[in-house]
Amino acid sequence: MFANERMDRIIDIVVNSFLPMLKAGIAFTVPLTLTSFFLGLILALLTALARISGIKPLDAVARFYVWVIRGTPLLVQLFIIFYGLPSVGITIGPLPSAIIGFTISVGAYNSEIIRAAILSIPKGQWEAGYSIGMSYRQALKRIILPQATRVSVPPLANSFIGLVKDTSLAATITVTEMFRVAQQITATTYEPLVLYCLAGFIYLIFSTVLSNAQGQMEKRLDRYVAG
Amino acid sequence: MIEIKNLHKQFGQTEVLKGIDLKIEEGNTVCIIGPSGSGKTTLLRCLNLLETPTKGTIKLGKFSLDFQDKKPVSKDKVIKFRQQTGMVFQGYNLFPHMTALENIMEGLVYVRKQDKELSRTKALQLLKKVGLSERANHYPSQLSGGQQQRVGIARAMAMEPEVLLFDEPTSALDPELVGEVLKVMKELAKEGMTMVVVTHEMNFAREAADKVVFIDKGVIVEEGTPQQIFEHTGHERTLQFLNKLCS
Ligand SMILES: Nc1ncnc2c1ncn2[C@@H]1O[C@H](COP(=O)(O)OP(=O)(O)OP(=O)(O)O)[C@@H](O)[C@H]1O
Ligand SMILES: [Mg+2]
Repeated sequence: MFANERMDRIIDIVVNSFLPMLKAGIAFTVPLTLTSFFLGLILALLTALARISGIKPLDAVARFYVWVIRGTPLLVQLFIIFYGLPSVGITIGPLPSAIIGFTISVGAYNSEIIRAAILSIPKGQWEAGYSIGMSYRQALKRIILPQATRVSVPPLANSFIGLVKDTSLAATITVTEMFRVAQQITATTYEPLVLYCLAGFIYLIFSTVLSNAQGQMEKRLDRYVAG
Repeated sequence: MIEIKNLHKQFGQTEVLKGIDLKIEEGNTVCIIGPSGSGKTTLLRCLNLLETPTKGTIKLGKFSLDFQDKKPVSKDKVIKFRQQTGMVFQGYNLFPHMTALENIMEGLVYVRKQDKELSRTKALQLLKKVGLSERANHYPSQLSGGQQQRVGIARAMAMEPEVLLFDEPTSALDPELVGEVLKVMKELAKEGMTMVVVTHEMNFAREAADKVVFIDKGVIVEEGTPQQIFEHTGHERTLQFLNKLCS
């Protein structure tokens, strides 16, 4: 009798929470992920190009950036941006803070992926580009980056799925993304196990959908590699 | 049309080319032979500035470049100079993400900025010339080594260079595929293309070369017609090298 009542209550909570949480996911988690990843990718590409440019000061700046970001927790970075910067007069809203934090983080990690991908393309490809009269930029754009893209899709997709999950950290700087909604509902219902499992389940759906999209993309990029 | 004077190339402390002087007439095919490590590839790569010579001058077509230590030639000049040359690589180095046709069109469309349709027509003509019309839409991974190398030749030809440089174009090929590539090269030679060919194919050198250059330890030991080099050489080192090849 008692067990039954509890069961009904839980089902009630799940039914009533699922939609708000999914909504928060679609309204905040997804855009936050996409925006940060896209901006981060641009930052990563620029950083990777600086690293391979052979121009010492550029290389040094890029190295320093990657070193600092990879060596400090993302949570600490978010706290510095959102809670720390106001004390020097820079106040940034929760969502922009999260986007900035994630972009900087994605930029650092992915620059290493892109750099490794570029370096994995044989030197002969550059030379073949040069031999038909290309400049560095032309060879990079037409010959090297298209091939490096293919190489870097699997690790980048991993990093993307990682970011989907990391966005839950935005809850700590008051962004009402999915996890924060789960926390809020927990505070009123006292069912942490149910709600956090539900949040985990929704993250799982998101990452599964994204993994499948990655598979499709790899297949398309692989068309010229198979014999 | 090509004049190399006192060309030196150093990698770190080791001097690989120790003062090369060489003249190449327009329309001639020059074969460069010599033992492994003698500097043949380096010489060829200096000709299109994939390697920057440490010292010396290279005159090619419209340009004459003078190299001195610590006085770099501007990037723009390097590109202009290099655009007078075409190169065929030992490992083909085709662009794997492009079809045979796209490989050949690439330079026309994105370097020369030519009209795409015109470029396509020209690329198709070149493919026909190297006997690969049916393979236009194949990716390099779908072609045999010999076919890839013929695309490589067509890609270089598309840019209408003053001179074509070949670095052991057949040495990565299975023996039965060597012939089809050499045949294309012989045709080019006959049509009056200026070519510099580093090769171990002595029969090709004998048949197609106007001049054979024997290089050893970074210097030209001797140069002459194929007959002079292969039959009447008076040089001990040349003889040793040729004998080793035959045995
Ligand atoms: N980038 C480089 N850095 C240092 N040393 C080099 C470099 N490229 C070539 N060398 C050296 O220069 C010498 C000549 O090399 P090169 O490739 O020109 O010889 P090669 O005559 O083409 O030989 P092979 O017949 O084996 O192709 C070799 O001793 C080689 O180790
Ligand atoms: Mg060589």
